Amino acid sequence: MFIIKCPYCGERDHSEFNYGGEAHIVRPKQPSELNDDQWAEYLFMRKNIKGLQYERWNHAHGCRQWFNVGRDTSNDKIHFVYKMGENPPK
Amino acid sequence: MKNKYSIFSLIKNSFSYHENWQKAWRDPEPKKTYDAVIVGGGGHGLATAYYLAKEHNIKNIAVIEKSWIGGGNTGRNTTIIRSNYLWDASAGLYDHALKLWEGLSQELNYNVMFSQRGVMNLAHNLHDVRELKRRTHANRLNGIDCDWLSTEEVKKFCPIINCSPDIRYPVLGSTLQKRGGTARHDAVAWGYARASDAMGVDIIQNCEVVGIKRNRDTIEGLDTTRGFIKTPKIGVVAAGHSSVLANMAGIKLPLESKPLQALVSEPIKPIIDTVVMSNAVHAYVSQSDKGELVIGAGTDAYISYTQKGTHEVVEGTLKAILELYPIFSRLRMLRQWGGIVDICPDASPIISKTSVQGLYFNCGWGTGGFKATPGSGNLFAHTIAKDEPHKLNSAFDINRFVSGDLVDEHGAAAVAH
Repeated sequence: MFIIKCPYCGERDHSEFNYGGEAHIVRPKQPSELNDDQWAEYLFMRKNIKGLQYERWNHAHGCRQWFNVGRDTSNDKIHFVYKMGENPPK
Repeated sequence: MKNKYSIFSLIKNSFSYHENWQKAWRDPEPKKTYDAVIVGGGGHGLATAYYLAKEHNIKNIAVIEKSWIGGGNTGRNTTIIRSNYLWDASAGLYDHALKLWEGLSQELNYNVMFSQRGVMNLAHNLHDVRELKRRTHANRLNGIDCDWLSTEEVKKFCPIINCSPDIRYPVLGSTLQKRGGTARHDAVAWGYARASDAMGVDIIQNCEVVGIKRNRDTIEGLDTTRGFIKTPKIGVVAAGHSSVLANMAGIKLPLESKPLQALVSEPIKPIIDTVVMSNAVHAYVSQSDKGELVIGAGTDAYISYTQKGTHEVVEGTLKAILELYPIFSRLRMLRQWGGIVDICPDASPIISKTSVQGLYFNCGWGTGGFKATPGSGNLFAHTIAKDEPHKLNSAFDINRFVSGDLVDEHGAAAVAH
């Protein structure tokens, strides 16, 4: 249980949000040129990090905007929130 | 086994006020080298060690556990055992496990309290009825017992279910697998630990793996909090932490680790003598021998390793429980807890070799691994010993995510997680 600070609406309970999984997985630019291993990597393989993870959330019961979150999966503490298309803060 | 549990040992020990029972397993120091090391001392890991020693004569092995054996998901699940899966590959895998369950207490000389009290899967809408009838037929074609019960038969078999047509999701029927049931989860870990220890397996608790050492594409050994252990074969059975171990070895797995919750009520007199599961409303319940209702809740949507889930998930499950069993409305809940489950995209497990020679993974059991414990250990031991999968687990190779030959059990599992 934790609070997420939506960049558009401010702090809300996490139950207002939908989880969108690992962030920064880029869709292949030339899908037709990928072999099966590369497709498996893109579609299925995940870092599943224990620690700081970059992930996507959607404020489904609010502004319905997507954004990125840096959360520590070992204690659910959120370290930073940043907008779609931005790189994670260093 | 040098100290067999029997009526005679019970009488003998009663003369010394039960103060001189032997230790169930040793507490050895890790050796410098082993022929194989199992990472993870849960039910699946201990079962793997047991079958490696018993069926493949590989006895110079260690089970490494970062805390205490059976303290992870083995001690956190709702102990339901069934094999009524839809697809042929899953049916083969889970029924192999169920057959081993049927003789397990005798085999281990340890009472795992396996109770074939039946498992029901309720249907609440027309689609459920069609799906579950299809599953009944599929199970029968695979030689797995499965009956279809009408609403009246449901009421007769488990009278406390609210079969009124007025509820939000009325009960339209149910499947029943009579060979399904429950077992005592801790006893499974302890029984396998004791039996493998008796064959010479070292069970090393409070020893965490911190690194996996490889020489190019071959395994060399493990760095642990109690020193380096050299071994040519590592079997990782680390459930929710599988990806952490995979990262140490430099490989990737298609897993996401999420909290799954369960809860028990205060103990009451026997009221439900079977296991009832409901996919559509996400509620499942059975009663332990102590009298507590054992209730399974759902997973949270996000990755987390915190072993605690959110209140909404518990609330949702209890709402469904109350609608289906109004008689429980004044019960208090005693304990609630979470475990970290590793979920594959197709909701089926991985029992597989990897791209690294000597490194094997048994993971991805997600929300339903307990039922498979004996079969999983048995087949993983075969995979490690022969360096190739058994025909029953060849479909559960990690390469299915490359070939696309998935074993999609999302809809066929008893509850939707």
